[in-house]
Amino acid sequence: MKLRPAPPESNLVERSEILDGVGMARVLRRVAFEIVERNGHDAYFVGIRTGGAWLAERMVKLLVEGGEQRPDLGAVDITLYRDDVFHGLPKPEIGQTDLKKSIDGRTVVLVDDVLYTGRTVRAAMDVLADYGRPRAVQLAVLVDRGRRELPIQPDFVGVRMQTTAEHSVRVMFGERGEPDRVVLRERSGP
Amino acid sequence: MTGAHAFTQKHLLGMEHLSAGEITTILDLGEHFLQIADRPIKKVPTLRGKTVINLFLEPSTRTRTSFEIAAKRLSADGVNFSASSSSTTKGETLIDTATNLDAMSPDIVVLRHAQAGAAHLLTKHIKAAVVNAGDGQHEHPTQALLDASTMRAHKGKIEGLTVVICGDIDHSRVARSNIFALRKLGARVRVAGPRSLLPLGIESLGVEAFDRIEPALEDADVVMMLRIQLERKAGSRFPNTREYARVFGLNARRLALAKPDAIVMHPGPMNRGVEISPEVADGPRSVVLEQVSRGVAIRMAVLYLLGGGSDATE
Repeated sequence: MKLRPAPPESNLVERSEILDGVGMARVLRRVAFEIVERNGHDAYFVGIRTGGAWLAERMVKLLVEGGEQRPDLGAVDITLYRDDVFHGLPKPEIGQTDLKKSIDGRTVVLVDDVLYTGRTVRAAMDVLADYGRPRAVQLAVLVDRGRRELPIQPDFVGVRMQTTAEHSVRVMFGERGEPDRVVLRERSGP
Repeated sequence: MTGAHAFTQKHLLGMEHLSAGEITTILDLGEHFLQIADRPIKKVPTLRGKTVINLFLEPSTRTRTSFEIAAKRLSADGVNFSASSSSTTKGETLIDTATNLDAMSPDIVVLRHAQAGAAHLLTKHIKAAVVNAGDGQHEHPTQALLDASTMRAHKGKIEGLTVVICGDIDHSRVARSNIFALRKLGARVRVAGPRSLLPLGIESLGVEAFDRIEPALEDADVVMMLRIQLERKAGSRFPNTREYARVFGLNARRLALAKPDAIVMHPGPMNRGVEISPEVADGPRSVVLEQVSRGVAIRMAVLYLLGGGSDATE
C-alpha cells in the first residue's frame, strides 16, 4: 500500500489566511441554514471528531440562536475504522462515538472541517452503518480542498479551493485554545 | 485526554516490566473499548486481517472466552487451541507447537501455560507478539489490568487506595500481577492469608502481610478474594476448607470492617462458601461481573496495542 504521510508540522509555513474568525462564523451560519433549508428538522447533525464535532456543535448553536428548532446532534470517532490506523501513524487517540438518538430512518448530515482524500468520510460512513440505517447521509464540510482519492462529494461546502499535495489546510479552533481561523500552509524548503 | 499513546512493548508478559504510564495507557484505551459492548453491532474493523491464536494449555473458560470475544470485536480472526485438543498431548514440546503455529503467520499468540516463564520463552522462538494469559504461579497481566480498570472506575483513581488481597497468595499469579500493577499506580497493598499460603519475603514487593483477615480489612477500599488453588496442592497447607472458610472467608460481618464504600472483587472462579460467602458475592458491593465485562475491553486494548505495533515501524 502506498502511503502519503502528512508533512511534518515543523516544515509547514503559513501561506495565506482562508478565513478569519468572523468569516468562519459567517460561512458556518450559511451552511447550517442551507442544511435546514434542504432537510427541514429531520437533519441529524453528526460531527466527525474532533474538528467536525466542534463545527456541528457550533452549527446547532447558530441555528438555535437564529430561531430554529434545536436539531439532533451527535459525534462519531473514526479511529478504529481508519484504513491507515496501523500504517506509520503514532498510536492514535480514540474518542467517543456519541449517537444517543437512533440514526435509523433519519437524514444524517456528517460534518467535517476539511474534505481532502475522502478516506475520513468513508470511515465515518462505516461507523454509521454499525449504529443503524439512516434514510440518507449527507456531507457538510467547512473547506473542500479537492484531490479526492475516493468517489465522495460534499452536499454542503463552506469554502471550495484547489490545493496541491504540498499544501496543508489547517482549521484552528477556539475549543483548542487557538483563535478561530482557517489557514493554508505549505511545505518550506526541500 | 491528549497526546499519543505511550506504548512501545512488543509483548505483554507481565506487569512487572510495565511503567505506570504504559499501564494507564492500556486502562484509558480500555474505557473506549467498553462502549463497543453497548452498541447494536459490537464490532469494529480495526484488526481486520490480523490473526490471533489463543493457545490455552491449561483449563480456562473466562479468560479464553474473554480473549476470543475481544479479538472478534476487533474483527481479528481468532483460532483456539486447548490442551486436550492439541498435539501437546501427543508429546510435542511447547516450542515445537509454537514454532509450528508461528509458521502459519499469526500476528498475536495468547498463551496460557502451567509453567512460569512460558510466555517469555515463546518470545525467543516466534515472530508473533505474545500475550501472557497466565503462566504458572508467575503473572496474569490482563487480570491485573482489568482489576485496576474496575477499581479506577469505582474509586476515581488507584493512587492512595488501600487494597487487600486475601487467600492463596503463594500460588496466585493474579496476586503477583496485581501487586506489581497496584504498587506502580500508587496503591497500598495488603496481602492476607494463612502463613502457609503467604510466600516468605513477600514484603519485598512492597506489601504488608497479615496472617489474619480482620486487621487487613480495616479501612480497606478494595477487598479482593482469591480462590484456594487445590489443583496446585494448596489443600495440604491448612487443615480443611471448612476451617479455612471460618477463619479467612469473607462474610458480611468481616466486610463491615472495611470502609463503608469498599468494593469486593474476585478474579473467579469463586468457591462460594469457602473464601467468599454467597451474601457477599451477590451483595451490592460485589463488582465481580463488572470485572468480567471490563476484561473484554481491556483485552481489546491489549490486542489493539500489540496488533498495531509491527506495521507502525515498516
